[in-house]
Amino acid sequence: MANSKSAYSFAGKKQKPDTHIIVVWVDNEAGVLARVVGLFSGRGYNIESLAVAEVDQKQNISRITIVTTGTPQVVDQIKLQLKKLVPVHKVADFKREDKNVIFKEMALFKFVANNGKLNKAFEACKNFNPVILDRTNKSNVIQITALRREIDTMSKNLKKFGLVSVSRTGAVAMTRGSEIFK
Amino acid sequence: MPKLYSGAEIVFKCLEDQNVSHIFGYPGGAVLPIYDELKNFNSIKHILVRHEQGAGHAAEGYARSTGKPGVLLVTSGPGATNAVTALTDAYMDSVPLVCITGQVPTHLIGTDAFQECDTTGITRPCTKHNWLVKDINDLAEVMHKAFEVATTGRPGPVLVDIPKDIQFQKSKYKNYKKNKKLNGKSHDNYSQKNIDELINLISKAKKPIFYTGGGVINSGSKASELLRELVYATGFPITSTLQGLGCFPADDNQFLGMLGMHGTYEANNAMYSCDLMINVGARFDDRITGKIDEFSPKSKKVHIDIDPSSINKNVKVDLAIVGDIKSVLTSTLKTFKKSKNNFSKSNKHQISNWWEQIQKWRSKRSLDYIGSEETIKPQYAIERLYELTKDKDTYITTEVGQHQMWAAQHYKFNKPNRWMTSGGLGTMGYGLPAAVGVQIAHPKKLVIDIAGEASVLMTMQEMSTAVQYNLPIKIFILNNEYMGMVRQWQELLHDKNYSESYTAALPDFVKMAEAYGCVGIRAKTPEELDDKIIEMLNTDRPVIFDCLVDKQENCFPMIPSGKPHNQMLLGPKDQKEKKITGKGRTLV
Repeated sequence: MANSKSAYSFAGKKQKPDTHIIVVWVDNEAGVLARVVGLFSGRGYNIESLAVAEVDQKQNISRITIVTTGTPQVVDQIKLQLKKLVPVHKVADFKREDKNVIFKEMALFKFVANNGKLNKAFEACKNFNPVILDRTNKSNVIQITALRREIDTMSKNLKKFGLVSVSRTGAVAMTRGSEIFK
Repeated sequence: MPKLYSGAEIVFKCLEDQNVSHIFGYPGGAVLPIYDELKNFNSIKHILVRHEQGAGHAAEGYARSTGKPGVLLVTSGPGATNAVTALTDAYMDSVPLVCITGQVPTHLIGTDAFQECDTTGITRPCTKHNWLVKDINDLAEVMHKAFEVATTGRPGPVLVDIPKDIQFQKSKYKNYKKNKKLNGKSHDNYSQKNIDELINLISKAKKPIFYTGGGVINSGSKASELLRELVYATGFPITSTLQGLGCFPADDNQFLGMLGMHGTYEANNAMYSCDLMINVGARFDDRITGKIDEFSPKSKKVHIDIDPSSINKNVKVDLAIVGDIKSVLTSTLKTFKKSKNNFSKSNKHQISNWWEQIQKWRSKRSLDYIGSEETIKPQYAIERLYELTKDKDTYITTEVGQHQMWAAQHYKFNKPNRWMTSGGLGTMGYGLPAAVGVQIAHPKKLVIDIAGEASVLMTMQEMSTAVQYNLPIKIFILNNEYMGMVRQWQELLHDKNYSESYTAALPDFVKMAEAYGCVGIRAKTPEELDDKIIEMLNTDRPVIFDCLVDKQENCFPMIPSGKPHNQMLLGPKDQKEKKITGKGRTLV
């Protein structure tokens, strides 16, 4: 009998983890974000990104969008545990590969460079709905909306055009077509 | 104009409307307005504890033995943090508690004021929900909602934090209408199809077993009755978790004893070999499953539970029935009786081989131990305690450790709500204050805390509470001078390096009892044990019973760490040979 030096059993076989986008509708009250985030940290779940804001001022509902990775069992647990929280109304879960769902993140890029480089920077962003929010003769701030990986690549590639600062949001999600999640 | 009430009055009006008769608490600066109001509400009796953890465990004992929520009232800062252990304990074992804490006045929150702490922040992970009341107009609704959350679905603790200025402010009081559903959360989520499927599985099974847990007890005494009816109607064997003891009579032939790490050989082997496992209100805890990859490999698994997040959390199941046990068992029995009349007889042949196999496992007599005429064996002490108290309606609480497992193995429970033990969190020091709470709820009944000498010292101060309120609780200490379970694990896993598990300088428990103003009794030999127990039972005052037991005895049988159910250690001899044999063991 191989003795394990523990009163607990060994970790079992692991399933393969997937990336999921979890959307949670909650009462917008004090501490509600702490409850949701605390559930993730307390149970060892992982948060890749998080976006939260009130979406219904009349009924006081906030929508939290969380990108997480986990095995199917863990993702199921995340959903079920979230649903148990008192201020949670409903929980939706989408796979990142899901073609019926739109995922978007927004990023703000600040460039400090000469005119030529600033123009090239804007040019490089053109596939991602770029908007110039601020411009001086040696700097500008460009807003883009894109997928996480696209923004990752952009932040890397734009260094050469004088990118000095990046600010980005977590992902938000919306289903395609006329259907809404009940 | 409607009458205006102060926040403190509203607290008590709510407690009155919730039919609360006892609260356990400890005063302090931030709850003084509430304490001041106590005199005006005669229907509510306050029990003054000696430490806020004691208030929490007493409220747990009260709740578990009655099925009603337990209420505690403590002050801000240290009052709240001292209650955290009890709240976490209640959270793990699904005990309904309502904890009311004082808080510094709202204008001082966030300033590191005297006795300020972030109570709702600290208790967020150990309550079902908590509230900081910042507006007097919310207080009544929050209080009533607190009771609703604590008692509906899977029960658990909640906390209401009330700043001192809110306790003084005035508002109208309105009783609370129960919401349709709390944010659309429903608890009965199964269909007749699920029930039909379950009955189909029952009728096909050749090696079935019921595996029942604390959920049956939480569902009310009717659930236990229904469970008995179903188990008798099927003729299937049944095993129970630590928390479920009492929902099926332990002396019944169909009962295989407790399962899990220190469960019986027959229960664990039956779990391993079964082809149908019907989990009723248990949660596949790691002390139950052992090695999860080899947990009951050949069985179809059915899980009946009120908490959807318990389903597939640790073990994947084939059929999940989410609902209150009482309601699910009612539907099951109704359908079962209609379609399978006389099933237990007609099906007898189908499961006869299974019962034969179970009898073979039973014949190992895994709970036997080597008796002694010189020293009191702890198992023997529990056996005698059971024999001498079984005719009374006895309530047992325990601390945590070897004594707890021996109590679970050797004390036979026949009714629900008679067994209060800290299972999930494993809180040493639980049993004594829990006994206080049980005795408050059942003043005429016999309440015994089966304790270890190390555990009981953690909350010994509550003897003073027991004496103050004339609570004749019996603290039955199995004293082996060791933290026995720690020592057992050190023996098994750490080459007998008994690092810090021996308690030198233990107090003289008999003198200690006298110092508290109660009665101390000591038993040293098996010969005098019965007389001393009878002396204890005949004493109508709190008793500390110092039972000096064998210092080396270990708790068997056991599933060693990382092993599946079919690889149990049966006893000390087995441990040396590292394989399962039942030989070399004398019967007592």
